[in-house]
Amino acid sequence: MVVRTPGVSPAATSPPGQRRWGWWTRAAVRAGLITAGLSRRLGLGAGSIIGGRVTLALDAHALRRLAAGRRVVLVSGTNGKTTTSHLVAAAVRTVGPVAHNSGGSNMADGAVAALAEARDAEYAVIEVDELHLAAVAEAVDPMVVVLLNLTRDQLDRATEVGAIASAVGHALARHPRTVVVANADDPMVVSAAKLATRSVWVAAGSSWLGDASSCPRCGHTLTFTESGWECVCGLARPTPDWRIENGKACTSNMVLPLDIRLPGQVNRSNAAMALAAACAVGVAADQAASALREVDVVAGRYAVVHRGAQNLRMLLAKNPAGWAGMLSMLGESRPLLVIINAREADGRDTSWLWDVPFEQLTSRQVVASGERAADLGVRLSYAGLEHQTVADPLAALAALPAGEIDVVANYTAFHHFRRRLLGGSRLSREREVAR
Amino acid sequence: MSGESTVTIGLLLPDVLGTYSDAGNATILAQRLRWRGIPAEIRTITACDVPVTTCAVYLLGGGEDTAQQFAADWLRRHDQLRRALETSAVTLAVCAGLQILGRSMSDASGHHYPGLDLLDITTAPGRQRAVGEVIATCTVPGIGSLTGFENHRGVTTLGPGTAPLGRVITGTGNGTSEGTTRYRTEGVFTDRIIGTYLHGPVLARNPALADHILHKVTGQVMPALDLPDQAALRHTYLSHTYLGRNYLGHTYLQGRFSRCS
Ligand SMILES: [Zn+2]
Repeated sequence: MVVRTPGVSPAATSPPGQRRWGWWTRAAVRAGLITAGLSRRLGLGAGSIIGGRVTLALDAHALRRLAAGRRVVLVSGTNGKTTTSHLVAAAVRTVGPVAHNSGGSNMADGAVAALAEARDAEYAVIEVDELHLAAVAEAVDPMVVVLLNLTRDQLDRATEVGAIASAVGHALARHPRTVVVANADDPMVVSAAKLATRSVWVAAGSSWLGDASSCPRCGHTLTFTESGWECVCGLARPTPDWRIENGKACTSNMVLPLDIRLPGQVNRSNAAMALAAACAVGVAADQAASALREVDVVAGRYAVVHRGAQNLRMLLAKNPAGWAGMLSMLGESRPLLVIINAREADGRDTSWLWDVPFEQLTSRQVVASGERAADLGVRLSYAGLEHQTVADPLAALAALPAGEIDVVANYTAFHHFRRRLLGGSRLSREREVAR
Repeated sequence: MSGESTVTIGLLLPDVLGTYSDAGNATILAQRLRWRGIPAEIRTITACDVPVTTCAVYLLGGGEDTAQQFAADWLRRHDQLRRALETSAVTLAVCAGLQILGRSMSDASGHHYPGLDLLDITTAPGRQRAVGEVIATCTVPGIGSLTGFENHRGVTTLGPGTAPLGRVITGTGNGTSEGTTRYRTEGVFTDRIIGTYLHGPVLARNPALADHILHKVTGQVMPALDLPDQAALRHTYLSHTYLGRNYLGHTYLQGRFSRCS
């Protein structure tokens, strides 16, 4: 069933500040907030993960209790979660305060921390790791779930993509009132979202079909036609409710500008998904669209860091699909620093580097860096790219010229490098501004 | 084959068995030939194509259960290709690709299905998924240590007279052992087929294995290549400090993320 009208009006539930949590939950939340504050003051990090863990350790049902009575939007998928959740939060903030795990800690602890820190917020926008979506949805009974894409990411830590899609689908089936805003162009997403009762399909595109060219249901090769894709087993691209045409988001009765500040086609798709989600929550479409235009930096991504005579544009790509979207954002001949780690959060296996079409990065200076600089360097050589290899990214900057430089790093590499570039003080100031 | 003629590398079903970036092995073989002045060409053979049966090398990668069964059916339907793998070409088969070339496989629900019967091996699902770094000593003289990443649930039993590609030092590999010393085996090595559980361009980490294949295909001695970062990469994965750290990581990952199908 397709939901064509926006969700229920924002006055249907009582504000969460008037709800009463049990004394034990209140104590657990307070303990978590104290721990988080302490962790921050000691400079150990943003504190939200450890704070959320403390709360959850004291009250296993904290997530359910903290979410009760709020309008919750969950944003999940392999790529674009952080960016899209920032866009959704910006749009929803036009109708009321929003609890948001803006730092990107996207498991149950991060959700708990975000809800605890904004206890009076009527709305919550929570980015959720796709492996944890089923469990978090179970606890928070979301009003809207945004499902961006499901591709291979960190396979060594995750299960296979088909298994994730199936788990997500079954979780969605258990929430008949939830509106699922899903990418109609991603076969894995469609096979999962088809199990939902209420869905809004967005033609958000799919920049990488590495896992998606065979059918998630039966393994046959998908047939791609002008109007989409289909399989002999009957799985096919649904008719989209939202499309992107000439840089505008269109439904059967609306055309809205998507002139966002974030670069790249991928982010236009993320914005279309965010717009559809905001409308499903009850935000007026034009109000949501203008809020999206204000977002320019997302958890440090897309920011330009000035260092000496160098202007470093900070980009994050953690898998082949992310890179496929990233390639169009890179300056034509701008020097490029690529930083690759292989810690647990990145996935220990660097095989994915071989699915990135580095061959397209011609005519520019490239420096390979990070804890897996050698893996990257070997890959670049086989791609026919001359490059330098300097494992320490700060030292690698010395090998690059003055002026504009693109920096693309995977997850831990991005955060470590950013921290070293900015130092602790500036990061905490940024956090204050983000509140 | 003379140095002048183009070596064709057939990349089989990357649309079906492309989960672990194994297509990189085709790039590696082609580039290592070109750098030595031997023309090379990669032929991508998808499920929609009538397969070319004249390639010098074929590559089969890894994939999920449904994809693996589809690929096995597809290969059985193309008997000319099967004959090429049996009699004329050299094949590198990784993970699901290795299992497909055996006698039979069974999936998580216990259902058996036949393989291509080119290797005397059978594969059944193990209790736990094997995920992590593998180091093995290659049984083929001159290749030395093999390094790679495995991520599979298959336990592969080698038939009598079927030789493994390596002896496992760390990691799981085939998940079975053999010989009087009961050493743990990794992969399969025959005259025409090299099968391994080391995915995600095994040839990027083990250039000597790549050159072994190329020597077999061209009949030529492959002069050494001085590829930047190659030595550092092997040092990363074969060094003792890394071994210690990774071994912990391996066990940890297995314990925490074993809910795969
Ligand atoms: Zn199908």
